Amino acid sequence: MITKLAWKNIWYKPLNTLLSVILLTASVAIISLLILLQEQFEKQFSSNIDGVDLVIGAKGSPLQLILSSVYQVDAPTGNISYDEAKIWMKHPFVKTAIPLAFGDNYRGFKIVGTTPDYLEKYTAKVETGKIFSRNFEVVIGSEIAKKLNIKEGDKFFGSHGDAEEGEVHEEFAYVVSGIASPTGKVIDNLILSNIQSVWAMHDSHDHEAHSENPEHGEEGHIHEDGEEGHQAHAQNPQHGEEGHVHEEGEEHHHEEISEEGKEITAVLIKFKNKMGFVLWPRLIAQNTDMQAASPAVEINRLFSLFGIGLQALQYLAYGIMLISGISIFIALYNTLKERKYEFALMRVSGASRLQLLGLVLFESLLLCITGFILGTIVGRVGLWLISSTTEQEYKMAFDPFAFAVEKEGVLFIVTIFVGVIAALIPAIKAYRLNISKTLANA
Amino acid sequence: MIQTQNITFSYAEKVNFVFPDIRTENGEALLITGGSGKGKTTLLHLLGGLLRPKSGSIKVGETEIGSLSEKQLDRFRGKNIGLVLQQSHFVEALSVLENVVLASWLATGKEAEEKAKSLLKQLDLEDQMYKLASQLSIGQQQRVSIARALINEPKLLLADEPTSSLDDENALKVADLLSDLSKEYNASLIIVTHDQRLKDRFPHQISL
Repeated sequence: MITKLAWKNIWYKPLNTLLSVILLTASVAIISLLILLQEQFEKQFSSNIDGVDLVIGAKGSPLQLILSSVYQVDAPTGNISYDEAKIWMKHPFVKTAIPLAFGDNYRGFKIVGTTPDYLEKYTAKVETGKIFSRNFEVVIGSEIAKKLNIKEGDKFFGSHGDAEEGEVHEEFAYVVSGIASPTGKVIDNLILSNIQSVWAMHDSHDHEAHSENPEHGEEGHIHEDGEEGHQAHAQNPQHGEEGHVHEEGEEHHHEEISEEGKEITAVLIKFKNKMGFVLWPRLIAQNTDMQAASPAVEINRLFSLFGIGLQALQYLAYGIMLISGISIFIALYNTLKERKYEFALMRVSGASRLQLLGLVLFESLLLCITGFILGTIVGRVGLWLISSTTEQEYKMAFDPFAFAVEKEGVLFIVTIFVGVIAALIPAIKAYRLNISKTLANA
Repeated sequence: MIQTQNITFSYAEKVNFVFPDIRTENGEALLITGGSGKGKTTLLHLLGGLLRPKSGSIKVGETEIGSLSEKQLDRFRGKNIGLVLQQSHFVEALSVLENVVLASWLATGKEAEEKAKSLLKQLDLEDQMYKLASQLSIGQQQRVSIARALINEPKLLLADEPTSSLDDENALKVADLLSDLSKEYNASLIIVTHDQRLKDRFPHQISL
């Protein structure tokens, strides 16, 4: 009955109620959106640096190096000599060293030349099929397999660079040898091959394509004057569009490709001896053309940079919540004058002071809980919208059904607190109402 | 039954009221008249437990209401005392029926919906049950207050100027209803009024 009464009371003044609920919804939506965004963003970023102590790559912005090699979101800083990198990769401090070579993409998904260690680092398994063992064999990330509906044994052509519209390498087709298990990390959106494939593709590509397209010297892609000529293989007949499955092409490179003079994009290092973590950045910067960057340090720097922005938004949202609290207070306080007869009457009918106090508090809480629930829903709809764009552009998805129990719990308590504070004075006034005086002056 | 002895009350040092003793049996009616400022409403509030007397005793049934705590008094009032006021107030967000049901819920914790319906029917308000109280005429509103006052079958029915804002026809109708229903529910009825029209209607009278 008291619930029904409170519910009817708050909707008896629909405009007041609507204003309060809209303000609350807006503030809760913004805050919960920010909470989820930040939480999932950090989780995605942090989970990807597990097992990477240091990244070695070409000189440039260390943040860019980390973003490109660990998160696959930025352009690479450039190439490094594989020979030079190997000196560090074989260092006794090193536990694992995973080389990465970027070259092409398929429909916007990066094709990364690496070693099977890369899968292991992300604790990904080859779920169906087998790991790449020969040139142009690739393992497809689980998300790509799902989105593009690619199966084991399918063939496709890569496009040059990281733009979907890049020039299509029609010389060699990639063959899907396996599909990786889902991990929720960047690997789900990558196509992995061995490093030799990337070299081979671009050796022939260079010999072929340079004549027709002399200026595509963006850094980060492998442009080698390879010693071995692969022109012969480049004479494949015209194929259909990319992604087309075709039968020939089995005669791809089986010969070994010399590693000499080759370049790679970056190396992910995990140390046995943590001294390397301290010593290497300076050693490498001073003695080589490369740099060594720590993902943990760079990511912290990144978080603290946009953390300020998130913080500002969060303050704004709490500001809106304060205003909604004031709006509830004013609404309750204003109606108190009209409602004092109502309260006196309820007292006459047997209601106790505490029941009236409870009723006023309850009405305010009802508004707040409604606002909280709506806000949580709206926030998630917002996250879903954001997620669908980030997924398209950055291959980064957010889960709108996830709950940040702790932070959203705090938000809920804050919302309730606002409701209680806003109702406190009106509730106390209702509690202390002098019924005789109220009714006598009627 | 209600019985008072030597009750006095003062708002401030200067305004002192000394009220005559009252005794009304179940099913009986008493009319208290008097001009403005004589303390009619004050007396009614004292009888209804809305105010506490400075001295003296008020017994409703067997209960000395002065000895009850604030909370006990709220409960007691809800169960045993029905109040009809000059101007009817309602919980505006609720329908007529819900208002009456609310009174039963507040006093007893149970929602006597069937009883409320039959009571409203008896008061000729069958078609008004699901309307908001503000949509009713003043006379109809006054009848709803009577239904609300009677829903818990009180021992004492108090009415403060129940007819003063009504026209002759409605005033007599309300007076009849009050008198008939209090008899039917075996409650003592006390009406406080300056309305001349009621003076011929109720034989027992006290003038302040």
